[in-house]
Amino acid sequence: MNPDDILSVCDLKQHFYINKDLTIKAVNGVTFQVNWGEVFGIVGETGSGKSTVARTIMGIHPATGGEVYFKGNKISEKKIYKQNKKDIYKNMQIIFQDSAAALNPRMTVEQIITEPLKVNRIIKDKNELQEKLESLLLEVGLDNTYIRKYPAEISGGQRQRVAIARCLSTSPDLIIADEPIASLDVSIQAQIITLFQRLQRERGFSFLLIAHDLSIIKFICDKVAVMLHGRLMEIATTKELFENPLHPYTQSLLSAIPVPDPIFERNKKIMPFDVKRAKTNGEMVEVSLGHYVLK
Amino acid sequence: MIQPVLQLKNLSVSFDTPNGEIEAVRDVSLSLNKGEILAVVGESGCGKTVMSQSVLKLLPKTSRIKQGRIIVDGNDITDYKEKQMRKLRGSVLSMVFQDPMTTLNPTIPIGKQITESIIKHNKISKELARKRALEMLDLVGIDNPLHMFSLQPHFFSGGMRQRCVLAIALTANPKVLFTDEATTALDVTVQAKILDLLLDIRNKTGISIVFISHDLGVVARIADRVAVMYAGKIVEIGTVEEIFYDPRHPYVWGLMSALPYLTKEEGNLTCIPGMPPVMLDPPPGDAFAVRNEFALAIDYEKMPPMFQISPTHSAATWLLDERAPNITSPLSLKRMAVS
Repeated sequence: MNPDDILSVCDLKQHFYINKDLTIKAVNGVTFQVNWGEVFGIVGETGSGKSTVARTIMGIHPATGGEVYFKGNKISEKKIYKQNKKDIYKNMQIIFQDSAAALNPRMTVEQIITEPLKVNRIIKDKNELQEKLESLLLEVGLDNTYIRKYPAEISGGQRQRVAIARCLSTSPDLIIADEPIASLDVSIQAQIITLFQRLQRERGFSFLLIAHDLSIIKFICDKVAVMLHGRLMEIATTKELFENPLHPYTQSLLSAIPVPDPIFERNKKIMPFDVKRAKTNGEMVEVSLGHYVLK
Repeated sequence: MIQPVLQLKNLSVSFDTPNGEIEAVRDVSLSLNKGEILAVVGESGCGKTVMSQSVLKLLPKTSRIKQGRIIVDGNDITDYKEKQMRKLRGSVLSMVFQDPMTTLNPTIPIGKQITESIIKHNKISKELARKRALEMLDLVGIDNPLHMFSLQPHFFSGGMRQRCVLAIALTANPKVLFTDEATTALDVTVQAKILDLLLDIRNKTGISIVFISHDLGVVARIADRVAVMYAGKIVEIGTVEEIFYDPRHPYVWGLMSALPYLTKEEGNLTCIPGMPPVMLDPPPGDAFAVRNEFALAIDYEKMPPMFQISPTHSAATWLLDERAPNITSPLSLKRMAVS
């Protein structure tokens, strides 16, 4: 256990029991650490278990096996989770992909953003609450006209901003974002990424970003983990991973990213990789400093 | 002169809503040649889906074609009734949607769904139809078609399902295939395979494809020509090289610079400020003017016409007018992504 880590996940397992013949091993032994103030990305295809990792860390599903440490406390254990629940509720926040489903349709933007402040008893004074609300809205690029609106009245990009403002309201140390931009338009995606980047720089929180879009990971993350079939295939710093990918799956994934350049696209070769035959048993081996590959 | 397979002439489509009329497609003209892949790019709500669905007449009753002509293979189909359209759908025009699971019937085996459409279009025996269905599955690259034939869609992965939908769409040898965000729901590796498959099918059968997408990277791989839509209008159209290496419309500049790939590693993403307009009450001038840092005074008053840049390339922006100040693209776009 390293004191530098805000979040440490050790051999995390999440199995879903369907019936006696079928147990889905969504996450099957995942180990990684997120440092204070670091932006950590997890990429993987649909069904690789990346969202389940996020949900298990948050305690939405209790883990089947393995440990999750948040600031050194083993929160995967129920007792310790309960002891630290004040700290966890305040300092660990999640942003979901579908902002329409994440926001209560019957609450106004004001109620949505101030709710965590009231529930966690961070601000009690009404005027102070109003001030905080306004500053939060300003921070995510919305103005006061949105205060009385309902989620259904605003567009997808703006809703995601409201979700971000809500998650920032308690000034968390760790934000987990599960595909926060996947359902947005290209031009709005760019707006939200820039917003994340700015907020992260200003506030310095740790950020666990889950995405399937490698070009966004490349843009914003310090460190990346590549996930497949509930296992991590490779962990490295972003620069290292993009310049020197070692696992064949990572290589195939990198070669398949669509590049908006017609001549380049026509001549490029995509590395084949049979996902079904991927080896998922094995150990993570440190090849060079901070670069781990499943072997 | 070769006759284009699909021609839209000044097409405008509107929806009647309780709040008034929404102009989803405004004055769109384009033509598609045989064996050509035309990509239609734009943000959601820009009218790209409405445009394609208006050709197949799949739009709800609240919509109407306000003006313009749709010409398919030399025949004007603008006023075709449902009965006539039924004959065209599948055999001349075909469409693939984003989510294969909503297209396919979850309770019917894949093979049966494919033979169904074969029998509907050609009067052939079940035996022959089955044989043809197996050929189709083979064409779209499904291994072991004999085994897959009797399986329900939920046994397949997303990419495989999309291949099956493609097989159904192609059974009657249509002349034009519309793919509406057909690869958006797929993973990058699977997406690349489907794109290659589409290119392969085009080379084998000479089909024309209207490829609707919002992903410029995907478009770069597949398209011969690109049309960029904004607020129901085509703002720029040209060959894929012209659009990617020499875009003229400020909206296209904005789109290109909003892509993480084109930006330097440490730099900031440039984003287009503001939101796409609501088409309930479109502005009189260029709809993009309010978000456009290069907007001229005339942009707010008068709609820009299409300015011809080359025989294949034209763009609707006042910046191309001879009286406009000389503003060059803020991007150094030429071969930028390759390093």
